[in-house]
Amino acid sequence: MHEFNEPLVTAWQLVAGADARLADIVLLSLRVSLTATLIACVAGMPIGALLAVGRFPGRRTLIVLFNGLMGLPPVVVGLLIYLLLSRAGPLGQFGLLFSPSAMVIAQAVLVTPIVAALTRQVIADEWTEYREQLRSLGASRSRAAATLLWDGRFSLLTSALAGFGRAIAEVGAVMIVGGNIDGVTRVMTTTIALETSKGDLPLALALGFILIAVVLALNAVAYALRGWAERHWG
Amino acid sequence: MSAAWLAVDRLSLTEGSTRIIDDVSLQLDAQRTVVLGPNGAGKSTLLRLIHGLLHPTGGSLRWPQALTQAMVFQRPVMLRTTALANVIYGLKLKGYPAAECERRARAALAHVDLEALAKRPARLLSGGEQQRVALARAWALEPELLILDEPTASLDPASSREVERIIKAIAASGARILMTTHNLGQARRIGEEIVFIDRGRIVEQTPVEQFFTQPQTEAAQRFLKEEIP
Repeated sequence: MHEFNEPLVTAWQLVAGADARLADIVLLSLRVSLTATLIACVAGMPIGALLAVGRFPGRRTLIVLFNGLMGLPPVVVGLLIYLLLSRAGPLGQFGLLFSPSAMVIAQAVLVTPIVAALTRQVIADEWTEYREQLRSLGASRSRAAATLLWDGRFSLLTSALAGFGRAIAEVGAVMIVGGNIDGVTRVMTTTIALETSKGDLPLALALGFILIAVVLALNAVAYALRGWAERHWG
Repeated sequence: MSAAWLAVDRLSLTEGSTRIIDDVSLQLDAQRTVVLGPNGAGKSTLLRLIHGLLHPTGGSLRWPQALTQAMVFQRPVMLRTTALANVIYGLKLKGYPAAECERRARAALAHVDLEALAKRPARLLSGGEQQRVALARAWALEPELLILDEPTASLDPASSREVERIIKAIAASGARILMTTHNLGQARRIGEEIVFIDRGRIVEQTPVEQFFTQPQTEAAQRFLKEEIP
């Protein structure tokens, strides 16, 4: 049990002592992953809603595609974004590689299909219930999509959370496009990977506990919010 | 209203090899028409074809004069917002300015005796109250034709009576009513004319009193006997 007790003590010391370096790492992780999730929601939720209620050629193909992209390997996304952002790449002129912005881009690309596919499922279920009423009232399909996105806002919280969970937990993409530069692009997962390989297990495990705590806390908040919404709006 | 407001001409809806609506022709001229028939006769489908929610596989609908329509379903569909906002939603889709939407919606809720619950979350209202919100949402649009698909099928007797009162009030305000019901008493109280259908076909179309006292077809006689033991 020794190897678990020591990191627990270390973790507690780091958190209680408000260790500045640790705080920077945790805050950067949250900033990058929350921004990426926000972008993914803005892009993915309308896509998901239109896939659910829309009628256009290629819709089924797109649904299969987005479902498939949910399992996109982070390292592959990282590699592709790396190629796009590298000096010689098409977006090289912006000099984004090895910056938090590059990490946001990579995670947003990774998470958008997840948010879109889960949103599609939520909205498709709503559409079966609302379809005739909305059509009777004269709602166009895009208007119906917007209405259902708003109506399903509390269920969609779960989709957003699933996306965030994926973003905050992945290591491959941010490692490649961020470069794990100390004080600049070092986040929780990349630090854990690095410290483990250096043999500093207590710090790695301490960060692991914080990562799990963050994810659990966010899920608890979302769960409470959904419960409240269900009691309040039905 | 003696001239027909809708002529249904050889309407059909086929799904696979099943004929849900089978070569239906009829003229609707009564102000209040009730469609009766056994389960699975195609009543709801006929209403949906007329409302435009379904497209016929054959035949056509001829409207001598285009009528604005609204429809109320068996299960009221409420958005996750207040009762008032649910009524406003329908008006907003028709393009009324915001102030006008609010004014009309409040008036419609008053017509169905729900002003007191205007700000309550619609989905937490009782089934009867939700159906009244749905009626207010339809009424606020001031439709020239109101279609109702078994609006009281899942309601208790008290709520059913209230819904009936509202349907009559909407009819009194000038809207044509086209509805289905399983409640023969209700059909008799609301309808002027009965359209009786069975297995996707029109069996008879008779003024309401005559339908209940001297049904012209054997199928209708059998139906009435089964429904009123």
